[in-house]
Amino acid sequence: MSIQARAGSMALMLLSLPLIPRPAQAVQVVPVPGQSRQWDVPPHVHFDELLHEVFWDITIIGVLMAMVAAYFLFAYRRRFPDEVGRLQKLSPQAALGWMIIPVALFMADDIYLFAKGWELHKQYREVPENAYEIRVTGAMWSWTYTYPNEVETYGELKVPAETPILLRMSSEDVVHSHFIQQYRVTEDLMPGRVTYMWFMPDKVGEYVVTCREYCGAGHSSMYGKVIVMAREEFDAWLESEAAAISASATVASAQQVVSPAADVSARDFGR
Amino acid sequence: MGQPKTWKEWVFTLDHKIIGIFYLAASLVSFLVAGTSAALMRIELGSLGPTLTEDAGVYNLWLTMHGAVMILGFQIPALLGFFANWVVPIMIGAKDMAFPRVNALSVWLLWSGILLALCNLIVPDSFNGMWTGYPPYSETDFAGNTALYSLIIIVLGISSVFGAVNLACTVMFMRARGIGWYQLNMTVWCVFTANIMQLIFVPVLAASVLLLSLDKYLGFGFYDPGQGGDVLLYQNLFWFYSHPAVYVVLLPFLGISFDIIATFARNHIFNYKVAVWATLAFIPVSSDVWVHHAFVAGLPNWLRTMQTFTTLMISLPFGLLMLSMVMTLYKGSIEYRTPMHWIVGMFFMLIIGATTGIPNALSAIDYGISDSYVIMSHFHYVMAISGAMAIFGGIYYYFPKLTGRMYSEAMGKISAWLFFIGMNVVMGPLYFIGIEGMPRRYYDYQMFPQFESMHALATVGVAITTIGVLIMLYSWLHGMFRGEKATANPWQSQSLEFTHTDVIPGPGNFPTPPVMPEGWSPYSYDKTGAKGGSEARR
Ligand SMILES: [Cu+2]
Repeated sequence: MSIQARAGSMALMLLSLPLIPRPAQAVQVVPVPGQSRQWDVPPHVHFDELLHEVFWDITIIGVLMAMVAAYFLFAYRRRFPDEVGRLQKLSPQAALGWMIIPVALFMADDIYLFAKGWELHKQYREVPENAYEIRVTGAMWSWTYTYPNEVETYGELKVPAETPILLRMSSEDVVHSHFIQQYRVTEDLMPGRVTYMWFMPDKVGEYVVTCREYCGAGHSSMYGKVIVMAREEFDAWLESEAAAISASATVASAQQVVSPAADVSARDFGR
Repeated sequence: MGQPKTWKEWVFTLDHKIIGIFYLAASLVSFLVAGTSAALMRIELGSLGPTLTEDAGVYNLWLTMHGAVMILGFQIPALLGFFANWVVPIMIGAKDMAFPRVNALSVWLLWSGILLALCNLIVPDSFNGMWTGYPPYSETDFAGNTALYSLIIIVLGISSVFGAVNLACTVMFMRARGIGWYQLNMTVWCVFTANIMQLIFVPVLAASVLLLSLDKYLGFGFYDPGQGGDVLLYQNLFWFYSHPAVYVVLLPFLGISFDIIATFARNHIFNYKVAVWATLAFIPVSSDVWVHHAFVAGLPNWLRTMQTFTTLMISLPFGLLMLSMVMTLYKGSIEYRTPMHWIVGMFFMLIIGATTGIPNALSAIDYGISDSYVIMSHFHYVMAISGAMAIFGGIYYYFPKLTGRMYSEAMGKISAWLFFIGMNVVMGPLYFIGIEGMPRRYYDYQMFPQFESMHALATVGVAITTIGVLIMLYSWLHGMFRGEKATANPWQSQSLEFTHTDVIPGPGNFPTPPVMPEGWSPYSYDKTGAKGGSEARR
């Protein structure tokens, strides 16, 4: 490289330095692609099918390998003290063959599994258009769920059955991870970024939610549940909660008028 | 014998073999500390609700110590410290490492790091942020002494980098006359490759943990989104080192296993050159797979897809190595001494570990099992258990060369199989409750009371393993003082550390500097026969 080219590339690198913090600063605006295709089964059912298939795949590989090894270990025991191994040196062609054929076999299995996995990955990451959106906030050590009408629940995620649920998630303090056992779905929450997950509650019932990223002394008590309700039941519950909130909000705003402290904070936030 | 006599000679020794023994001692101390914390955790989890402690913080301290000390204090020092130092120079016919003084510095830095790590048990604000130390948690006051964590990692990192430069130079420039690159033992190739990886990746780890302390104590904000930083920067940097770290452990223990298998099967390594290049292939392959530790961390979808694919590609070099290992048994003449028992156990554990890695490689499967006991069980099989079995097998293998005496075969074999059975009883049940949802790093599991019986079974497994380990330690102590006198080449190996040295190799390793004849190989059993043996034919 010439001295000019070197100086040029150094200058380019130096000039690009101020750009580095930019992507870090940006709060990730969650890309939620629209539904690209209709899936026959919800992701968690698809997950169980794929897991079953992968287990067959690895069991066959593992058992085959173990059986071959066990046979060799048994068949080639030393029979007399001076016996030596009789493994033949491979010819260059054979050596190449013993590389290319296994690599092709592994590659074929890898590509097969990758294709299967990609399909399910897309299903997990592409949210249906009609999804019902709930915000999730993680904090040490509790979950807060905020519904579209600003109703909040703590530790209990109530959702309507047979409606895809989209969770937009962030954390107030450290990294947490929202895992729903029944729906086979996990995604981290962290400050400064908004992450998402979706799931399809297909049956009415109660299911476990746990935190899946170590977050301190309360990590193992940071669990809750998903409560799947019939649609009408859910709507009625949400309405009654909203009504309770507006009733208490009326009381709160009545108090605000006489409180000078409230006046100050209102001015601050108004700027 | 050339052993140091005064304490000064011990402390200031530059002999790679004594330094190797210092590494071994450090790693065994670490193994006992980390193993004890594992046993405490298993007892705690054996039944629902508080058992040994009511304080989750105490449990988290055990957990942090277990992970950090097992990896950084036991496995890496045993493999890249003890085997790399004691065995590799002799295998290549060198009289010492390339830089003996740097070597002494590395081992004392390691001991400093381990003592600092033990301080974590004593200091009032002990660090409990796990060996991974994720921010923002590790930057909060809840996590304890982050500076201590950063310091330990950096001290151990400097020790590793010095050791890596030294070992790489030794292999490149110190080989005896007549030993070419394709005549090296698999142990040498694997340790060499692992050290090249250390040179590339350790500085990234050191930087990532340094930034943690700069953030926490000086308010820099590299990982603080409130100041324009990014939480995920740490996870990317940390795993960029810590996935390759798996191979820094895996490759050397595979190398030792190759050599033990070759010796006891009296065979050469099947498809040796391909195995060598498969080993080297781990350097590029391992550098672009780290995202599989963060499939659910909110990284872009395209990155998850891409690294699912690159992760699956690990199966290619790994599969070739496994194939070479199995085929080295083919038409062998296998003798079952204690080291071989450990390695056979290691091999079956490795099959379980390797195959259970495949589901985890798929981002889609990870959504359902991320951070559960599935991953915990998998990495114990593939790295912790297999690695420990190969290390212990390797210690038995070199026991006669270290002490000049033999251990008890019966005790050695019993300990191997108790360890094998015990660890399967621990990790097998836990894998299956992991699929059902058991999260890792939990002090208690009130939300999953149905898992209690499996947890109890796993705790029984730890008891079995502990008995195995105690028998192993006793067999070493017994052999060291009471064992039969060993011969220079008790296994009739063709490898240089057995054929050309005294019972205990003295200073300079070889009575006369070895010059290897044309076509020499550490695996040439078929040409020369076993030492003193005849050309046996079936
Ligand atoms: Cu949490």
